Amino acid sequence: MSDKPVMSVKGLSVHYPISGGLFAPKVVVRAVENVTLDIPHRSFFGLVGESGSGKTTLGRAMLKATPITSGSIRYSDDEVSYDLAEVTKAELKDYRKRAQLIFQDPYAALSPRMTVRDIIAEPLEVMGLTKTREETDKRVREIAAKCRLNLEHLRRFPHAFSGGQRQRISIARALVSKPRFIVADESVAALDVSIQADVLNLLKSLQEELGLTFLFISHDLSVIAHICDHVAVMYLGRLVETAPTRALFAAPRHPYTKALMSAIPSLDPDHRGQAQKLEGEIPSPTNPPPGCKFQTRCPHAIDICRVEEPLLEHSGLEHDVACHRWEELAASLTPEPA
Amino acid sequence: MTLLKVENLTLGFHTDEGLITAVDDVSFDLEAGEVMGLVGESGSGKSVTAKSLMKLNPGNAVYGDKTKITLTLDDGPIDVMGLRTAREMQVVRGGSVSMIFQEPMASFAPAITVGDQMTEQLQLHKNMTRREATELSIEMLNRVGISDAATRFKQYAFELSGGMRQRAMIAMALSTSPKLLIADEPTTALDVTIQAQVIDLMKDLVDEFGMGIIFITHDLGVIAQTADKVAVMYLGRVIETGPVREVLRNPAHPYTQGLLNALPDLEDLDTPLSPIPGDIPSPLERPTGCVFHTRCPIAMAGRCDVEIPQMGPVSTGHEAACFAVEDQRMAS
Amino acid sequence: MTDITDTAVTAESEAERRKKEAYFTASQGQLIWARFKKQRAAMVAATALIVMILMGMFAPFLSPYDPTIAGRDKQYEYGAPQIPIFWDENGFSARPFIYGFERHRSLATNFRWVTTINKDDRRYVYFFVQGWEYSLIDIVLGLPGRAFHINIKALTFSTHLFGVDKGGIHIFGTDVAGKDIYSRTLHAIYTSLAVGTIGVGIAFVLALVIGGVSGFYGGWIDGLLQMITDAVRTVPAIPLFMALAAFVPDTWSAEARFLFISCILGLIGWPTLARRVRTHLLTERSQEYVLAAELCGASAGHIIRRHLLPSFTSYIIVDLVISFPYMVLSETALSFIGLGLKDPVNSLGVMLQNVSKADVLLNYQWHFIPVLFFIALVLAFVFVGDGLRDAADPYASTKK
Repeated sequence: MSDKPVMSVKGLSVHYPISGGLFAPKVVVRAVENVTLDIPHRSFFGLVGESGSGKTTLGRAMLKATPITSGSIRYSDDEVSYDLAEVTKAELKDYRKRAQLIFQDPYAALSPRMTVRDIIAEPLEVMGLTKTREETDKRVREIAAKCRLNLEHLRRFPHAFSGGQRQRISIARALVSKPRFIVADESVAALDVSIQADVLNLLKSLQEELGLTFLFISHDLSVIAHICDHVAVMYLGRLVETAPTRALFAAPRHPYTKALMSAIPSLDPDHRGQAQKLEGEIPSPTNPPPGCKFQTRCPHAIDICRVEEPLLEHSGLEHDVACHRWEELAASLTPEPA
Repeated sequence: MTLLKVENLTLGFHTDEGLITAVDDVSFDLEAGEVMGLVGESGSGKSVTAKSLMKLNPGNAVYGDKTKITLTLDDGPIDVMGLRTAREMQVVRGGSVSMIFQEPMASFAPAITVGDQMTEQLQLHKNMTRREATELSIEMLNRVGISDAATRFKQYAFELSGGMRQRAMIAMALSTSPKLLIADEPTTALDVTIQAQVIDLMKDLVDEFGMGIIFITHDLGVIAQTADKVAVMYLGRVIETGPVREVLRNPAHPYTQGLLNALPDLEDLDTPLSPIPGDIPSPLERPTGCVFHTRCPIAMAGRCDVEIPQMGPVSTGHEAACFAVEDQRMAS
Repeated sequence: MTDITDTAVTAESEAERRKKEAYFTASQGQLIWARFKKQRAAMVAATALIVMILMGMFAPFLSPYDPTIAGRDKQYEYGAPQIPIFWDENGFSARPFIYGFERHRSLATNFRWVTTINKDDRRYVYFFVQGWEYSLIDIVLGLPGRAFHINIKALTFSTHLFGVDKGGIHIFGTDVAGKDIYSRTLHAIYTSLAVGTIGVGIAFVLALVIGGVSGFYGGWIDGLLQMITDAVRTVPAIPLFMALAAFVPDTWSAEARFLFISCILGLIGWPTLARRVRTHLLTERSQEYVLAAELCGASAGHIIRRHLLPSFTSYIIVDLVISFPYMVLSETALSFIGLGLKDPVNSLGVMLQNVSKADVLLNYQWHFIPVLFFIALVLAFVFVGDGLRDAADPYASTKK
């Protein structure tokens, strides 16, 4: 158990060029811009944002599944430590054993032509982690049991299973190589509500049992609220707020976070009409507005917001916000329960 | 006036694996100006039910004999099941009944401008001239909150963002002034901040147009905010209906209770999430008796796995199909 | 917490449960076969196809006569079909028989043969008779310019399915030289299938390599290879063949010519297949489970072997089966206009060359019987290909 953060991201930017054709000027999508973030060891770290926020790209960058334009991502555990922006091929091969991804779509993430046993065993075979078939089978059985998969079902093909079961197979595949760091990219978004809770509980218990660190990417704030201990909110490729979960939900500081929380439809039919309405839509990541990226929709935007981009500053012990006016807004407005 | 009366809707599909029952003996009413939420998870049959109202199900659909869908419009009641020719069905589709879908990109033809599609259906159903149709369409686009409507009118669907496309689809659906609007998961594909905008829009439009809306979704929060009454479906059967406040505050059926318990609640971050145990049975393995008994915490062996419980009253306007509820009613 | 238990709490019979389990553990191949079986037209076509392929492969055994000029029946040139019967005025016979006949040229029919049937002269049909010799392995390669000739003959038999004690039996009739049309038809089926197989084989190998590299690597390699593919595709086939036919010297043996034509067909046919291979690969490459394998550090070889190849095998088989009839049709057309195969190598196109005479059309219609076989062969391929294509994606309906 170390105190060093598992992932230490500094100034990370991921830009994609989209060429407009042979003679048109190159257009760049700034998917992630200047993100600085620490993911503590053994935490269940939530990353929340809507479409276009860059959260999926950030998650993939942490797995070195997309090229990094600038900045650094340092992975550290009790054995190794390297910077993913400058990693060698051998180090990358080693890293693959330690960091894995759980996909969103349980129907697309499993090869329909392989049995469940083969799907789960594939990482072991690719990474050469076992030597004999018996060893592979044993490890597959172990992890399948941990993920509450019926062992008889290992012979079946994915088409025999429901969404929730498939997601568990995905989880088993991600965990079979005994990684330390897992990125769960919208892993429950495609599941029914009654199954979501089951998979979330499974993830939580696996985290405790195996000592894993999770980066949980989602657009669903209420799910994040229940399962994560830290949250980071993204908007248009930038971090706008990070905090421990309780602190964030008790007193959100950034106007976007507040709007997100109040936009969640309440289960109380009488709790209507109190949502803080956000007008307009998210700007295009190829042409972000100057200054604060949220100023086009922010109800509290003033002149400085349109000119100067606010940076994350330490505000309170661990509650970080990127907003010019957060202090005055926090003083004047009472925090709204969502 | 009862706008829509659905009685004993039963529907199955012929597939490679056999006859799959999608909807089993579903009945409900809808008044004009009322918003009814149809809630269920995958396999609940809610989408199929909605499509049945406009006879939009694929060719291998088989309806039950006792199925009766009655739509009461200005001219009088129409038996939807009895409609045969395309001309007769035109009355139902797009004229008095409109439908909006989950995936707005899928309902706009990619190679025709948004404006052309909107005016086409107006000219078809309302016999307007092209100019009248254009005027009305642009007005509707404005009404749903699309800025710069005249420019958007001439654009293609891919040029609009997700939220705008959904609004355009709502505008298109409403421009024929339907009496009944069927909304099939209209906000599921949208970001939550956009969803909030669209929900507000729909509520305003209900007040203004006075139509009946069937709002299909899996999101109970959305239902709480928009619906007057709710029907909960599981595996093709309606297992609970009632006024939305009643059902959400005092759910009677174990499934509804389980569903509400499984939802993460922002008010109460300390309670662990409690899922409904088990999995939704595949349509090939439909349970006997009560469809929910395989996952029900209070299932009674010998009864719940043998007999099918019928809808019985819980309180005024609130009904549930459960033997435990029935027993409690008998006792009191 | 709960395990995933079987939710089949319905009162199912053991048989139903086993059937469901079979469905759950069915591999892709088994699923495709199950779907294919449900299509009646495709199953009928598949049976017909297998029958014809077997007929072609066992052609020497099934033919009473050598299809080349060596097996001609001088007594029965331009002869009508002789169908064996079991019963006539003279009584029933368990053994089928045909009639003897007398022939003479008649002025009345413009000096064509007139055949008088003698009903008393019964010629009985016997089975498993000895006849002309044939070898299962008979390789004669007399390639021009080479210093050696290969002549291997092995596995020689002379048993045939049926034959008559006296005279000849020609159930489809004979042609101008007296060659048995039935024997020739069977051998023609074999030749057409052989040409098709070689052509499709060559096209497939090329398509796999070029389309495979193109689809797998993408980027500029893809762009370049696609340009080459399109260029080859635009080459017009008929003028090319005419040029090549002029180029082929007559000194080449029939077999060499046969190989040459097959190779050319393959070289013309690969662009279409290559495009299909590329499309399949591009789709499969972007699947999430491929990304999952890459995130484990899987090598390109592993991904190709484990994910890409199995996924498009079914599609490629469909593409191959559908390309087959085009090869056969192309070869037939070429041989018919004289640019393809020539005697003694016998294909349908070669047989059809005789049919273009007016005399034959009017008086000797049995020359068209091979056409029926040929139509059946092509249709069978097409129906089977269609059936396979409909059955080929068993996973399309399992999305939520």
